[in-house]
Amino acid sequence: MGEWWTTEASMENCEISSISHVTMSPSRQNNFVSSYLFPLAKSSYSVISAFCTEDNVLQCISYINQELASLGLCSTYIEATSPEGTGLNAVPALNAIYELLQIHRRTMSTVEALEKEQLKKSSTMELMQTSNTRLKDQLELSIREKSGLHEMERQLQLKIKTLQSCLKTEKDEVQKLQSIIASRASQYSHDAKRKEREAAKLKERLSQLLVDRKDKKLAIDVLNCLGRSDGKRGHWKTAKATASHEGEMYKSLLSDYEASQKSLMLENAELKKVLQQMKKEMIHILSPCSSSGRGATADDSQEQHHDSDGEEKMGDTSRETLDQSCEHAREQLTNSIRQQWRKLRNHVEKLDSQVSQVQNQLESNKEMIPLETHEDEMERMRCEVQQCKEFIHAQQQLLQQQLNTSFDDETAALLNDCYTLEEKERLKEEWKLFEEQKRNFERERKNFTEAAIRLGREKKAFEEDRASWLKNQFLNMTPFTDRRRCSSSDGHSALSVRSEPEIRMSSVKAQLAKSSTYTTFSTPRSSQSGAVPSTPELYRTLRLIPESSSSRHSNRGLWQECSTIEDGDNQQPPETCFPPPSVLFQSQKRHKNVGFIQPGDHEKGGTAASFRGEHKPS
Amino acid sequence: MNFSEVFKQSNQLCKVSPDGKYLATCVQYRLVVRDVSTLQIMHLYTCLDQISHMEWSSDSLFILCAMYKRGLVQVWSLEQPDWHCKIDEGSIGLVSSRWSPDGRHILNTTEFHLRITVWSLCTKAVSYIKYPKACQKGIDFSRDGSYMALAERRDCKDFVSIFVCDDWHLLRHFETETQDLAGLEWSPNGCVLAVWDSCLEYKVLLYSLDGRLLSTYSAYEWSLGVKSVSWSPSSQFLAIGSYDEKVRIINHITWKKIAQFEHPATVESTKTVYKEVERRPAVAHSSTPRVNVLTNFVSLINSLLLPHLDEICSLPVQIPVVKPDPDRANPKIGVSVLAFSSDNHYLATKNDNMASAVWVWNMQKMSLEAVLEQTSAVRCFQWDPRHPRLALCTGNTKLYLWSPGGCVAVQVPTEGGFQVHSLNWHCSDNSLILLGKEQLCLCYMETDEEDK
Repeated sequence: MGEWWTTEASMENCEISSISHVTMSPSRQNNFVSSYLFPLAKSSYSVISAFCTEDNVLQCISYINQELASLGLCSTYIEATSPEGTGLNAVPALNAIYELLQIHRRTMSTVEALEKEQLKKSSTMELMQTSNTRLKDQLELSIREKSGLHEMERQLQLKIKTLQSCLKTEKDEVQKLQSIIASRASQYSHDAKRKEREAAKLKERLSQLLVDRKDKKLAIDVLNCLGRSDGKRGHWKTAKATASHEGEMYKSLLSDYEASQKSLMLENAELKKVLQQMKKEMIHILSPCSSSGRGATADDSQEQHHDSDGEEKMGDTSRETLDQSCEHAREQLTNSIRQQWRKLRNHVEKLDSQVSQVQNQLESNKEMIPLETHEDEMERMRCEVQQCKEFIHAQQQLLQQQLNTSFDDETAALLNDCYTLEEKERLKEEWKLFEEQKRNFERERKNFTEAAIRLGREKKAFEEDRASWLKNQFLNMTPFTDRRRCSSSDGHSALSVRSEPEIRMSSVKAQLAKSSTYTTFSTPRSSQSGAVPSTPELYRTLRLIPESSSSRHSNRGLWQECSTIEDGDNQQPPETCFPPPSVLFQSQKRHKNVGFIQPGDHEKGGTAASFRGEHKPS
Repeated sequence: MNFSEVFKQSNQLCKVSPDGKYLATCVQYRLVVRDVSTLQIMHLYTCLDQISHMEWSSDSLFILCAMYKRGLVQVWSLEQPDWHCKIDEGSIGLVSSRWSPDGRHILNTTEFHLRITVWSLCTKAVSYIKYPKACQKGIDFSRDGSYMALAERRDCKDFVSIFVCDDWHLLRHFETETQDLAGLEWSPNGCVLAVWDSCLEYKVLLYSLDGRLLSTYSAYEWSLGVKSVSWSPSSQFLAIGSYDEKVRIINHITWKKIAQFEHPATVESTKTVYKEVERRPAVAHSSTPRVNVLTNFVSLINSLLLPHLDEICSLPVQIPVVKPDPDRANPKIGVSVLAFSSDNHYLATKNDNMASAVWVWNMQKMSLEAVLEQTSAVRCFQWDPRHPRLALCTGNTKLYLWSPGGCVAVQVPTEGGFQVHSLNWHCSDNSLILLGKEQLCLCYMETDEEDK
């Protein structure tokens, strides 16, 4: 029977498996199953053909019905159409087949699910196994580490033990050494004392010997005795003298103490004054605070009032007692000061706490404020934007209107304005020009007057010249160079130079650009004025300038540099400063050196730099 | 600044008389007395041997010349050149000789500090003071010359005796609480005596004139202690320099420390640091002879005329430090020299392991005013007795001067290179005496600046 069963199942399996082959993605196991099933199916064909023959149709039907019933498919009952069993009632047979197929499919799906599950399980199992092995490895490793650490600990313990023993021995050693040192020190001091005693004894003996021997060499040889430095005669050593010595000693001591006491008194008085002032100020500070200050707690303020009253009282008393500098007064003073100090401290502390509170509040507010202010600000800005928009709009409108309707008069007005501005500008420029011209005129006038004067002088000079020439004619000599004229021209140039700033003063109103033009004007003018006198004169004047400057240098060089040193004037470079004194010193005194300068910290650096600077070029 | 010509001198014995009129110098066994203003020889005295010590009497009338090897002291008079006095200490020997403040007594310390012999020139009388202690500064006269404090050692204990110089009357004699007294010094007002212990213990004791212990000060224990002590001219402060490279200032009222000046290797907070820099003209690597001549000329000018200015450094400044050898006694570390300026405003110090630097402290602000860093070790420095002005020398040919306004270095313009080993201010004349190895030279400051 079993065989039958299996064959039928396999036959049906074969069909489904083939279907599954088509529809499903075949897994390895499916493949395995199918590969396992196919040969079975093929081999069982002969058996299937043997299952139902023409002869045993009815048995087959009954058997199948039985089987179906056992499977719980009682509803369908396959019947043969003919008693011979050649025909088969198709409907129940098909139903039965359908039922069977359904069952088979269900079982197959469950089988598949199970297989999947199994696959999953196996994979997790594999994973578990690998992790397990890994963990095992780790465990082993950690065990090994642990053992290593244990070993190390043991070693360290050993080391500690040895070190401790070492320490102990060292301590012992130290103790021993200390005791040795102490004993040696005592021995040494004892020996030293012994030696000292011996030395003292020896000294004693030596001096004794010296005294006994009556050392002849020991002597003083004075031509004649001297008088005492104070001119007095020496006096005998008497009790009176010793008493006077004592007295003098005590006198000097006393005077010293008096002096020190006086200085201390002074210091004390000063300190007392400071204290008093401090006290007053403290009272001053504290009293308004108590009266006007915190009214937060009535008790507190009352207490403060009370205290301040007490303070003032105390202050008065202390002020009274200050002058009598006795014990209790001092105590009172210190007490009152201490009290006030305490109060001040409290006050300051309170203020501190208040400040911190306020700060806290501020901080807490800070968190609040941003939101509010932010919103406010936003609102405000929105309003502004709105306003601006409106404004722009209005302007646009106005512009539109202008363009459209009242183009003529409005623009005319505008243009008018422009024109007036332009005209103003032009007028200004004209004014400037005018002023310039005016100044030029003035200058020319001045020049002219100067020229006139010069002409007059020249004329005079010429006259003189002529006179001299006439004279010379008589004497038949060469005419001398007109020095006087040169000097006069010199005076002229000096005059012109002096007049320049005056002109500048008059033209204060002139603008900067103008002034620059003025300077350009002035240079040719000066040359012009120079050109008026004769060329040799000009040359002379030109030569004179370097001559005079150089002569000034050579004359004043020395003194000038002295003054520069004294004044700390840095107009003269140090190169010119120093060589002259060197010459001076070398010539005057061989061992003369540069004076002891006491430069300031920074000035000193500066001078050092200047000295260094002096050396470099050479 | 002018320099005199160079004179001979030996043993660096050259002193100006207390009245500032005369200059006494020793040349071998000769004593030469010159007028300070003209530098002309006024007197010439010949001693019996090479002079090892010379001192003026307080009234500038006598000069003491000690010849320690022969145990001899000779005294010369300026008023009577033919007056003579010879004191022979005999076989007992002589290690130190000095005038008493009245200028009529001579105190001779014998060898082994056996005793001090007081010779009177008035009566030829001689008196002895026994048991003087051999120490750093065992004897000190008060500024007014009326008292003498003397350290003594008896029965392994330190004592101080106070004598009245007038008639050598023993005024007070008291034991001090010191292990090994190293020195004592009167305050300038003569009322307080500062006594300090040897360097093994940091201890400074202050005694009143009548022998009362006023106060004891100790900054630390165990390590090496006091190295130098100095009173301010006003007696207000006592500066104590110690082996820990610090100076402690003690006030005269409570005798407590009011300030502490440290000497760090890195100077960070001061007004100015002056660093001497060597500026050599480049003579060596000049190719053409013309340039050579020029540079030579420059160097000549530089050395003769221009003050050799120090450089002002920006902070912080590293000061070279020499580490002392810990195995040797008296290690070169700690503040060994302290000097107050005459107006009490400044204190100059020198730390031995930074030998090339002098530190100037402002006593009003109690802060570092300036650091003068030299190229070589500072040999000697001294304050001008009338101005806040410090002169110092480092054993080279330059003289350095510091004042609150600045710092200057001057080459001593003598042939053959005068090396300044020591210097002394003249008491009033605004001049300096520069002592070389076997020469001396006077340096005159500008006097007109002072008139202004």
